[in-house]
Amino acid sequence: MAYLERILGEHPFFAGLAAEHGRLVAGCARNRRFAAGEYLFREGEAADEFYLIRHGQVALETRVPGRAPLVFATLGEGEIVGASWLLPPYRWMFDARAVTLTRAIGLDAACLRGKCEADHHLGYDMMKRFLPIVVKRLHDTRLQVLDVYGDD
Amino acid sequence: MSMATTDRPAPGAAPFVPQAYRVDEVTRVLADTVTLTLAPLEGPRPDFRPGQFNMLWAFGVGEVAISISDGEAAGSFVHTVRAVGAVSRALAELEVGARLGLRGPFGRGWPLAEARGSDVVVIAGGLGLAPLRPAIQALLANRQDYGRLVILVGARSPEALLYRDDLAAWAQRPDVEVQVTVDHAGADWPGRVGVVPGLVEPAAFDADDCVALVCGPEVMMRFTVAALRRAGVPAERIQVSMERNMKCAIGWCGHCQFGPDFVCKDGPVMRYDTIADRFAIPEV
Repeated sequence: MAYLERILGEHPFFAGLAAEHGRLVAGCARNRRFAAGEYLFREGEAADEFYLIRHGQVALETRVPGRAPLVFATLGEGEIVGASWLLPPYRWMFDARAVTLTRAIGLDAACLRGKCEADHHLGYDMMKRFLPIVVKRLHDTRLQVLDVYGDD
Repeated sequence: MSMATTDRPAPGAAPFVPQAYRVDEVTRVLADTVTLTLAPLEGPRPDFRPGQFNMLWAFGVGEVAISISDGEAAGSFVHTVRAVGAVSRALAELEVGARLGLRGPFGRGWPLAEARGSDVVVIAGGLGLAPLRPAIQALLANRQDYGRLVILVGARSPEALLYRDDLAAWAQRPDVEVQVTVDHAGADWPGRVGVVPGLVEPAAFDADDCVALVCGPEVMMRFTVAALRRAGVPAERIQVSMERNMKCAIGWCGHCQFGPDFVCKDGPVMRYDTIADRFAIPEV
């Protein structure tokens, strides 16, 4: 537990997290390891665990009928994999595949949601950490949709 | 450190008179993009600075501004041309031995001399790597004069990446950080997928003592400049290469007017703080 608390504290996502919150979050955490090619989760599955990448690279991809899977984002060390655990119906919208050997902290989504409901200070802190990531990914997605290289 | 843009060399006594050049080599680099090696039919090739451009004239079709894309071709100009309009399509269809007209070089280049002693962050999107390639070559040729060298490159897809051999060679060097990302890719692509501004934050450079050279589509440059500013890079240390419809190339005709400046003679490389007030204004 103390080990996970320390590891969580070293991850950029939890930088500056209050000690009491660190203990609460660590209670929902476990170490995860994914071999290259292994899927962290698949589209449609229950979003019951999300991941803080410690090492490695994860591709977010979607399946297109009649074509190879299309990768639309990669995430690396210090980044978060998964936001669908935050909102009902708690189902993954895309596939997440380890491109290389990936070590991560897995956080039990139901456990953390419950603690956020019970302690709104923790919940607000979590939202303040997640929202900039979600907004950045929205901006990145808009830039991708613009297809800016089409007429450069 | 002074960050004034470089002085503009005189394009010759008769800047409107094209000189005859011959296509010595044609390399198809992408499905719609070729690299042309052009040798003068008479006299030596004029000197140029990284970031400058030439006006290439496809006989019977017209003239277009194209950046110089290789600083190591002795005696020749090298241009990477994407077939997007009538003139560039005609240029992209030229074969070895064909002739064309050339005026130049024109414009202000990348301020490499002023960047000595600092980290250099080169950020290219799509075809924007073409005018940056001579700058990268010059930085590598004088590597000891600069701090960390970071090269960040974005493209639509792995297939749309320019100069893949160069990127691989630069990435092999221990004294260069090269990061490449694409907007989307197949599952067999082992690299990054995402937008090029996203490469800025994790890159290792001294934000207070660096010079950023940025070239790509204007939308990409706006987002990239914002990322550089968030990282703490002062506005006066960001250089962007602007693109407008250049015609005369010497600041007479006004086609490429950008506020009080003409991109052909006051640019194409411009210091961001001098244009920040109009950088994001539509139709300027």
